[in-house]
Amino acid sequence: MALLDGTTQLNKPPVQVSDDARGYYTLGEPLVDPVTPTGPIKDRWTTRKFDNRLVNPANRRKMSVIIVGTGLAGGAAAATLGEAGYLVKSFCFQDSPRRAHSIAAQGGINAAKNYKEDGDSTHRLFYDTVKGGDYRSRESNVYRLAEVSANIIDQCVAQGVPFAREYGGLLDNRSFGGVQVSRTFYARGQTGQQLLIGAYQAMERQVAAGTVQQFTRHEMLEIILIDGKARGIIARDLVTGEIQTHLADAVVLASGGYGNVFYLSTNAMGSNVTAGWRAHRKGAYMANPCYTQIHPTCIPVSGEHQSKLTLMSESLRNDGRIWVPKKAEDCEKDPRDIPEGDRDYYLERIYPAFGNLVPRDIASRQAKNMCDEGRGVGPKVGDFRRGVYLDFADAIARLGEDGIREKYDNLFDMYARITGENPYETPMRIYPAVHYVMGGLWVDYHLQSNIPGLFVAGEANFSDHGANRLGASALMQGLADGYFVLPNTIRDYLADAPFERIDESHPDVVAARTDVESRISTFLSINGTRSADSFHKELGTIMWEYCGMERSEEGLRKAIDLIRELKASFWTDLKVLGTADTLNQSLEKAGRVADFIELGELMCIDALNRRESCGGHFRAESQTEDGEALRHDEEFAYVAAWEWGGDNGQPVLHKEDLIYTAIEMKQRSYK
Amino acid sequence: MNLTLKIWRQPDATTDGAMHTYQVSDISDDMSFLEMLDVLNEQLNEKGEEPIAFDSDCREGICGMCGLMINGQAHGPEVTTTCQLHMRSFSDGDVITIEPWRAESFPVIKDLVVDRGAFDRIIQSGGYISANTGSAPEANSVPVPRDKAMRSFNMATCISCGACVAACPNGSASLFLGAKITHLGELPQGQPERDARVVEMVGQHDHEGFGGCTNIGECTAACPKEIPLDVISQLNKDLRTAMKHGH
Repeated sequence: MALLDGTTQLNKPPVQVSDDARGYYTLGEPLVDPVTPTGPIKDRWTTRKFDNRLVNPANRRKMSVIIVGTGLAGGAAAATLGEAGYLVKSFCFQDSPRRAHSIAAQGGINAAKNYKEDGDSTHRLFYDTVKGGDYRSRESNVYRLAEVSANIIDQCVAQGVPFAREYGGLLDNRSFGGVQVSRTFYARGQTGQQLLIGAYQAMERQVAAGTVQQFTRHEMLEIILIDGKARGIIARDLVTGEIQTHLADAVVLASGGYGNVFYLSTNAMGSNVTAGWRAHRKGAYMANPCYTQIHPTCIPVSGEHQSKLTLMSESLRNDGRIWVPKKAEDCEKDPRDIPEGDRDYYLERIYPAFGNLVPRDIASRQAKNMCDEGRGVGPKVGDFRRGVYLDFADAIARLGEDGIREKYDNLFDMYARITGENPYETPMRIYPAVHYVMGGLWVDYHLQSNIPGLFVAGEANFSDHGANRLGASALMQGLADGYFVLPNTIRDYLADAPFERIDESHPDVVAARTDVESRISTFLSINGTRSADSFHKELGTIMWEYCGMERSEEGLRKAIDLIRELKASFWTDLKVLGTADTLNQSLEKAGRVADFIELGELMCIDALNRRESCGGHFRAESQTEDGEALRHDEEFAYVAAWEWGGDNGQPVLHKEDLIYTAIEMKQRSYK
Repeated sequence: MNLTLKIWRQPDATTDGAMHTYQVSDISDDMSFLEMLDVLNEQLNEKGEEPIAFDSDCREGICGMCGLMINGQAHGPEVTTTCQLHMRSFSDGDVITIEPWRAESFPVIKDLVVDRGAFDRIIQSGGYISANTGSAPEANSVPVPRDKAMRSFNMATCISCGACVAACPNGSASLFLGAKITHLGELPQGQPERDARVVEMVGQHDHEGFGGCTNIGECTAACPKEIPLDVISQLNKDLRTAMKHGH
């Protein structure tokens, strides 16, 4: 898409032609990031850091910040703000901050260190990230991310994160996710774990120093707004059931992603949207909620009992060949008995240039297409076989079994443990699964939401990944936000202190608390017939079917109707046993599922509105003649920021135009 | 398959618990152990009986949140986490005993859920390298020999699940402690605080009421991440060295 105008490249402001979601939303005022930086892109962050006001160390001791979530973003922020001398209260629902779901990330973390002298640079990392996000992220934010990436590695190494090393003792890198430079730092297949432990240990050091107060097994259930500013949270102690009020000068949500709206996902069981959604209901905008990343290489569902899905590192696609039988009647056969001529290596056939290494969204969608055609393999779940083969026979012939074992041993073991099959003997089966969400609460360049004093970091915000997240960029964003961005932006907000003193008896505090209490007693008193889990599963089926990899206007409209029925049924037929004054996991789930249902509806409305295919989001109505994804930059190069419209109202859509001055928008092509 | 489950139920920390017996049917080989408990809980909910509380989160073997004594073994019959234990490890008609982690320093919160806060407090006592954000030198300015980096990494794979403590007849957390001491002690960055770290962490360990190590080795046998027993020798060596240095 040529949008060049001499030296300045600007895209035209969006002109909306299609309005599939008419009747489901109200159009609000356009949205502008009030603190968006200007000037040469490479100077923006440096200038901003200088311009942001300072807080002197003696005053920091009087300022308090609440941080919800202890993953890479929240843990790093708690450690850093604690070191700076602020009083931090850190909350997590797990029994230890070290269990946040960042711990499960396998692959690696990108940084523009150019250790390999292979042409990498801040600008190239920025460029790859914006392009990979299909031009639906903010360029200033992404540039800053690329810029601080190198500091992240320094920081983590200093903390003792045991990254892979070369024999000379220097750090090793690999290439990841289809990029052409080796910029990914890794710690075997457990990079997330090692980075999180680094942040966790840094945070525990501050707990010992008294600057961070840690609240484990606590869940944020409401945000407290006073005069339009975020001033605290209502939390529930999950062990005693006590409803607590915590007040502060600012609140940071670093509560992760909401992929569990699909019920089955690679997210941890407890990952939820409640912190973000409670803030949304109080006025914080939810941006691009329909942007979900589907990961192509997960272990397929084995039956109705399935509680979660397990991701297999994408590196497997470097050596495995993906195929399904050409004939549907072969699907039940032992794959080893299907001759070469009866196999369809569909990615190699359709995309000869990239073959099995096409980007995640394409690999995922084609796997779905094969299964929808009735050529899926593995056990039938419902009426379908949802799996394709990832075959290492050729690679084993080429490298020997030992060669494969050396490269992928732990992944093969994990596969064997979960499926009970030996992948050295029979091809693995894989299927796409929900992995990460790029949508989240709207934030400005300072990571502040539209509610003053409410900051959002990591996966919980929307700003850096666009419509699609590149491999090894999630860890980078979490740590960038936590270690380097927030500490520099929140001080500008805190420089306004002292803020008015708030008492727990303030009517707005009391009201927030009462809301939480009455919500909990409602869950316990509905006394219907169905568990929260059963509603969650049903929601997940609707979301995956109609708001998953491929969406259509008709399907999304149907999904919205189904979700509305489900919501009505939830509030009349839910059954939660036990009491509110002890550990009650059913009660915890009920609250989260209630929020997921409302979010699910908004995701469908957002998807319905966005009549274009971009990132992993394939709109059936927007494709090229050969069935490839087709973006519409003139209409949709904007962030869709949704305002809560009330329990009986419609969500309000605020559009923030995405303006690119340092990068030219192009259509993607992998053929 | 059909199974008989004997499960420890305890309403809260201060009330006595007892074993209860439940039957489950139609359990498939492909279910994880925790999914089997999900099935039981769904049945209990339908019958109007409060579901059994147990911990789990990532369910892919890395967060360390899950942990049950299954037939007297921490995480059950295989060397893995409870979430990665699958029902194909059991047979039709089996009677399975399920209890919470057994250790005085891990008090029961409810049913199968215990409080492992002591582990966090041990880390707070010194299980870190002091490195303020923003002051770190360029990462490659401190080379780390590959074998040291590998050993450090292997010990850093500890997931703090607590199986070592639950398996130890003395309720010792020495394997957990040794893993952290070795993870940080193998790196040049970890040297300045090495003596203080081991002294403080061992002190906190004892203060929390964990027992002493008598080299029985149940800890390493139960460890889902296969942390080797020699980290305990390393721990003792570091402690002796620190004392020699006057700590």
